[in-house]
Amino acid sequence: MTTVLIAKDSGAKSVGADAVAAAFEAAGADVIRTGSRGLYWLEPMAEIDGVVYGPLTPEDATGVLADGAKRIGPLADIPEFARQTRMLFKRVGAMDPTDIKAYRASGGEAGLNAALAMTPDAVIQAIADSGLRGRGGAGFPTGIKWRTVADTPDQQKYIVCNADEGDSGTFADRMLMEGDPFLLLEGMAIAGYAVGAAKGFIYLRSEYPDAAETLTNAIANAPFLDNELAGGFRFSIELRMGAGAYICGEETALLESLEGKRGLSRAKPPLPAHAGAFGQPTVVNNVLTLAAAPIILAEGAAAHHAFGTGRSRGTMPFQLAGNIKQGGLVEAPFGITLRELIEDFGGGTRSGRPVRAVQVGGPLGAYFPESLLDTPMDYEAFAAAGGMLGHGGVVVFDDTVNLAAQARFAFAFCAHESCGKCTPCRIGAQRGVEVVDKITAGDNVDANFTVLGDLLEVMRDGSLCALGGLTPTPVESALKWFKQDFDKGASQ
Amino acid sequence: MIKSADNSDIIHAIARDCLGLDGPLMEALVRINQRFGYVPKEAQAIVAEVLNVSQADVAGVTGFYSDFRSAPPGRTIVQLCRAEACQAAGVASVVTEVEAALGCAFGETRGDGAVTLEDAYCFGNCALAPAAMVDGQLIGRVEAKTITALVKP
Repeated sequence: MTTVLIAKDSGAKSVGADAVAAAFEAAGADVIRTGSRGLYWLEPMAEIDGVVYGPLTPEDATGVLADGAKRIGPLADIPEFARQTRMLFKRVGAMDPTDIKAYRASGGEAGLNAALAMTPDAVIQAIADSGLRGRGGAGFPTGIKWRTVADTPDQQKYIVCNADEGDSGTFADRMLMEGDPFLLLEGMAIAGYAVGAAKGFIYLRSEYPDAAETLTNAIANAPFLDNELAGGFRFSIELRMGAGAYICGEETALLESLEGKRGLSRAKPPLPAHAGAFGQPTVVNNVLTLAAAPIILAEGAAAHHAFGTGRSRGTMPFQLAGNIKQGGLVEAPFGITLRELIEDFGGGTRSGRPVRAVQVGGPLGAYFPESLLDTPMDYEAFAAAGGMLGHGGVVVFDDTVNLAAQARFAFAFCAHESCGKCTPCRIGAQRGVEVVDKITAGDNVDANFTVLGDLLEVMRDGSLCALGGLTPTPVESALKWFKQDFDKGASQ
Repeated sequence: MIKSADNSDIIHAIARDCLGLDGPLMEALVRINQRFGYVPKEAQAIVAEVLNVSQADVAGVTGFYSDFRSAPPGRTIVQLCRAEACQAAGVASVVTEVEAALGCAFGETRGDGAVTLEDAYCFGNCALAPAAMVDGQLIGRVEAKTITALVKP
């Protein structure tokens, strides 16, 4: 019987993968549901003996099986895939994410076993030596965070996985949780062993019901959870769901929510590493950060450090989104340029019109004009260009975009999602919407630009957390590169 | 239709199930909201009593999160992503067309209870934008006609 791999990833399903899978089964094929390879423009896609067919409709199933209809070619020859460096995502799309045997057969648990054979201190040193930095957006060195928690004496510590991937344009966490959930759980167990925590929480956003299902299954079936491992180490994981608050992606708001409260940001210090979940020392790491740990432990810190550039080491799963012809996931070493991602991997805009602006790093990231597309994807290079790499999401806009409208949206989104605890964010965001409206209406423009400048300064310097503090980033980039869009009538 | 007395029993049971958890309030509300599609008014007193927190705590948490509806939703729930990637892919025209076709605005439930239209901010389907979720089913590269066809009369 022919074995056919078809994604059960929610993105693939959103364009009809379930019906395609059913059609292949009806045609007598042995269908294995996998994560997505991240080549979303080819979804729903089928993979037979390493050869890709797509995009498919249910009617194509018999043709694919009988005479290779809709054949794209061997996966290894698809340039947008072949040119990637798949480390974190090597299993995603290649195996059934519910199958622990397949996970083990493909190298799963090697990292945890390697860690358990080392001292916790040596595990932290390996993470530090690898150069791993937090993949959630802030890019904080993971080794330092783990060391801080390890050095904080307490009986009860926690590992909290931030799976509240709320930034528009990002979906790598979702793909990994749906496509290789055991890798995340293994990474959390390694973190637990390293810092002396026996309990982990995954805080998952409610917009990801499919990820909730795969994680629930994986937590129930991971043999390394709830069992005594080498040296008497035991680790358990609980899944907790969010309820539609973007602010809960901010780590202190997330901790409040995890504790069952309103998601209000906390003042720092104390750092979560000293007093995090339920007041205990807590590692809060993004999905991809934790998922990198098993690979680093299995393959060595040097192997991870060998990729990348400057202080941005390893590979990063970049995500191509918005008005893009070939949207999807591109895992590549840091240092690849924005232009390579958009043009070589993404094939330009889906509308066929010229790229006018690109927002990298989610709603709090800068809008870059075409002239900045040669910026390398590296934390420091992005910061130097006035932007933020964030979680690696790339949202492409064509020349129909109006950046004054996008600046207004940045304020409106902040106003909508503000937790309300600090004044610059709560009031400033609303005032920002009003001031942009006055400027675009041609009302007292010079004076209102001055007000806007003051407002941005107060929000940036006076907000409690990154939501209010970084909302100025997209607004300032719009003002810097696309000022003409703020002229009266520019949006018409 | 579930009668109110039954609602109370169900809410009691859900809250009790959460008692052993660390920080149980959020989890209790998540489960109640999943079960009913909204958080019934009577949940406030019951959850407060079972979890030994104040009714103000329950009201505060319920009010903070946009998932926790305060009234029963329509028979079909349409959630459309309004975030940047979906904006770049033209969600604005989908909004206009859906509102016109269904005679209902986003943020509202239609008078006959057939449909609730809600804004959402990111389903993580940004490579296949614009994205919508209709009764929990994610739809990529969504068009207005796909959404309206799924709304039951």
